Amino acid sequence: MGKALHAVTAHRADGRLLRAAVLVTVALGLVLPIAAGLWQTGRAGAGLMPAIGATEASLAPFQQLINLPGFATALRLTLVTGLGATALSILLAVGVCAATHGRMSARASGRLLTPFLAAPHAAMAIGLAFLLSPSGWIARALAPVLGWDLPPMWATVNDPGGVALILGLMIKEVPFLLLVILSALSQLPVRQHLAAGRSLGYGRGIVWIKVIMPQVWPLIRLPVMVVLAYSLSVVDMALILGPSNPPTLAVLLLRLFTAPDIELMLPASAGALVQALLVAAAFALLWLLEGAGRAIGRWWVRRGGRGLSAEPGLWLSTALSAALFAAGAAAMLSLLVWSLAWRWPWPGLLPESWSLRAWSTPGSGWAAALGNTLILAAFTTALSLVLAIAWLEGEDRARRGRAGWAEALIYLPLLVPQIGFLFGLNVLFLRLGLSGGYLAVIWAQALFVFPYVMIALSDPWRALDPRLVRAAGSLGAGPWRRLFTVKLPVLLTPILTAAAIGVAVSVAQYLPTLFMGAGRIATLTTDAVTLSASSDRRVTGVYATLQAGLPFAAYGAALLIPALLHRNRRGLQAGGAP
Amino acid sequence: MRLRLTLAMLATLIAPPAAADWQATLDAARGQTVYWNAWGGDERTNAFIAWVGEQTEVRYGVAIEHVRLSDTAEAMTRVISERAAGRDTGGSVDLIWINGPNFLAMKEQDLLFGPFVADLPNAAYVDLTPGAPATLDFTVPVEGMESPWRLARFVFSYDSTRVDAPPRSMAGFVDWAAANPGRMTHPDPSNFMGATFLKQALVELAPDPAALLDPVTEESFAEQTVPLWAWYDALRPNLWRQGETFPENESVQQQLLNDGEVDILMSFDPASTAAAITQGLLPETARVFVPEGGTIGNVSFVAIPYNAANAAGAQVVANHLLDPAVQARMQNIEVLGSFSVLDPARLDEDARASFDALPTAPALPTLEELGPTLPEPHASWMTRLTEEWARRYTR
Repeated sequence: MGKALHAVTAHRADGRLLRAAVLVTVALGLVLPIAAGLWQTGRAGAGLMPAIGATEASLAPFQQLINLPGFATALRLTLVTGLGATALSILLAVGVCAATHGRMSARASGRLLTPFLAAPHAAMAIGLAFLLSPSGWIARALAPVLGWDLPPMWATVNDPGGVALILGLMIKEVPFLLLVILSALSQLPVRQHLAAGRSLGYGRGIVWIKVIMPQVWPLIRLPVMVVLAYSLSVVDMALILGPSNPPTLAVLLLRLFTAPDIELMLPASAGALVQALLVAAAFALLWLLEGAGRAIGRWWVRRGGRGLSAEPGLWLSTALSAALFAAGAAAMLSLLVWSLAWRWPWPGLLPESWSLRAWSTPGSGWAAALGNTLILAAFTTALSLVLAIAWLEGEDRARRGRAGWAEALIYLPLLVPQIGFLFGLNVLFLRLGLSGGYLAVIWAQALFVFPYVMIALSDPWRALDPRLVRAAGSLGAGPWRRLFTVKLPVLLTPILTAAAIGVAVSVAQYLPTLFMGAGRIATLTTDAVTLSASSDRRVTGVYATLQAGLPFAAYGAALLIPALLHRNRRGLQAGGAP
Repeated sequence: MRLRLTLAMLATLIAPPAAADWQATLDAARGQTVYWNAWGGDERTNAFIAWVGEQTEVRYGVAIEHVRLSDTAEAMTRVISERAAGRDTGGSVDLIWINGPNFLAMKEQDLLFGPFVADLPNAAYVDLTPGAPATLDFTVPVEGMESPWRLARFVFSYDSTRVDAPPRSMAGFVDWAAANPGRMTHPDPSNFMGATFLKQALVELAPDPAALLDPVTEESFAEQTVPLWAWYDALRPNLWRQGETFPENESVQQQLLNDGEVDILMSFDPASTAAAITQGLLPETARVFVPEGGTIGNVSFVAIPYNAANAAGAQVVANHLLDPAVQARMQNIEVLGSFSVLDPARLDEDARASFDALPTAPALPTLEELGPTLPEPHASWMTRLTEEWARRYTR
């Protein structure tokens, strides 16, 4: 007995050590660079950048920023597109969940969403730009019907209002929020609530709004904040789909950071701070809305309206989401078709002539970009997985749940706008002699890959049947053996899924790769964004297809490998008995 | 930094004969990999750079890594942030395809290595007498700080099946656009090509074009640009999307022409239209035209940052770009179709013959058709022009 007790305490100490090691790694690797990057940016924003001879602290950079032509419009565009895309995405996602929950298995909906989650933002944007443009697929389909000889004079892409950007963001965000809401719903007794509500005469939609959503909200608040921060500061999608004169704030800042006039780095840094403040203000707004919603919601629930009229709204949001998904699928398909085209002039629905030439010249660049992308994805994902598993195992061994601050720590890189700290971080990495190498890019990408891997792995890890581990322990297996022979094999599917998500996030990274790689490390994403401003959609199509293909392959592997390895382990097969 | 420059100049004055010097450069360069930062938006240029890399690898043991930029300023930003971090040697940028305001900014900030051009053996084929095109970059004296590699001439293209008579002058664009609303645009003036469109109009419309060759002042700018803005205000409402949105660069505009969204295209490369046709990127019926008074022309250069890790290799590449065989291949319409910077008078018989034997194409204009070459305004005009355009039309 005494010996066993001693063993338990030893394991706890062991767990504490592991936890401490992980925390130190995360603090040094994750928090420190962000804080240092923000600090550097802040100094430059306050007029301090000795390298370009700016040594006097002043508010002049802010003054200069505000006086830039179109600054106010850029700010307004950022708010409209960022807040608009987030709000509409939440509405649609909730509507779709309300309308289809229980009518579709979680696995089927997961499979349906995966391609949209896997497709990188840049690839999706490039495809959408072709689909929506006045000479794009939709207009070409309408041309014979409406008798157009020339493309219509629409402003459907790069429109001054930012509608195309909002649409593009929504195609990526609705699936993400759907997945997050579905996962939250699996923790709630939805069926019982619905049955109770409906037996009291409430409409399906109203039960969702009044009973289920208030319970879901705390579970999805952080992911919604991630979506909000991302939408307000997105660069690659805004470059391709957004307005250009003026662009959104993040694109304006990228232009300033890379302008021939070096002095513009000061207002650019000031702008990066404004960008960070904007996101903070949006969070505050969310918090206020939450408070207001709580007060109004209570009053509304007590009023007891049965609200059967919400039904059409649900179906409308489902129809809109279906249209969004169809547009996303068509956009991805158009990339593949372009990569196989030779001449494809207006108003042909399909290319006039086909060619494999774009694919048959890997030496022109895509082979090298693919190689770099693979190396970066492999290392960042492996690093993030090891760190995530170490963190979760540390929690297990210390037998302690996750503190709120630890959860916030994981989300931190996703909540701070990239442009706010990446420039400063680059200056720091340069001082350390790290910039322009794989190490710097892997580090910068891991800042964003680790949180997603961690989030993806946490729930399945905690849901692991504790009896398995206990049984192994009672058979004499030590903590390491329990980890390697019980936990990891049983959790193979979620681990591989987390890895696939890691690959998808790594492949999609634009700004960190561009800034930290000093342009020397060209990936499919950086090249695709550069090429999206070129004249050859066929080559762009190759890059974008590959860019989307990699995450698909990773998700496919995450499905196939466990199915093969566990082919004679019914209990471990997806959808098998729990 | 100034001191270093002076010392470098002194060093060139008292240096031993160039041949021995060059051998030392070749020896130092062997085994180096040159990170050539060049705009990556044109696949033909990318392929040409890759070919040059194969050549230098075989002949000099110098490999080229093409760092594809979407804007040349990115490379400059990198050099600046390296200086910010105190990295004065071993920098990540070895060679930059550069000209105009980027060159002026880097030169003024002492961010360039050199002067080195006179030391390149192949510089003998270039006319470097003061005032020659290859010695001036947007009227800014090059002073050996960047080496020429290709010629640029501003030209327009159109699809001859959709357009009967393209405008014959910049002023003529106003009437043409009024008759064909929404069928014409220009790249965003924050882009080089968009700014060149404005400059081309400025050169034609300015009351005193000679004033454009001096650095811009508030008075000269106000005086010379009055007709330009009147012209632009008349043109803009009839541009594509009412002149509220502009393509990011000329490549995007070429895509628009291919898609049928606009009818007119502009380029800094007279051969680009013929090249795009052979690549299937433009209809067979696309043709080049220039306004009657001639168009702006300039030279594209390569420069080496002051902290380049592989400066020797970069010089070898700059020299190889001036090799007559390389220049002839560059001018070949089937390869790149960019006009050579070499002075025909300085070439030998064989080299001249290889230029004469180059193939032609229906959409490739002859030198006579291109008319006279107009000088670029001083680089400061471009900066001022794009700023003023943004102030007026960015809301």
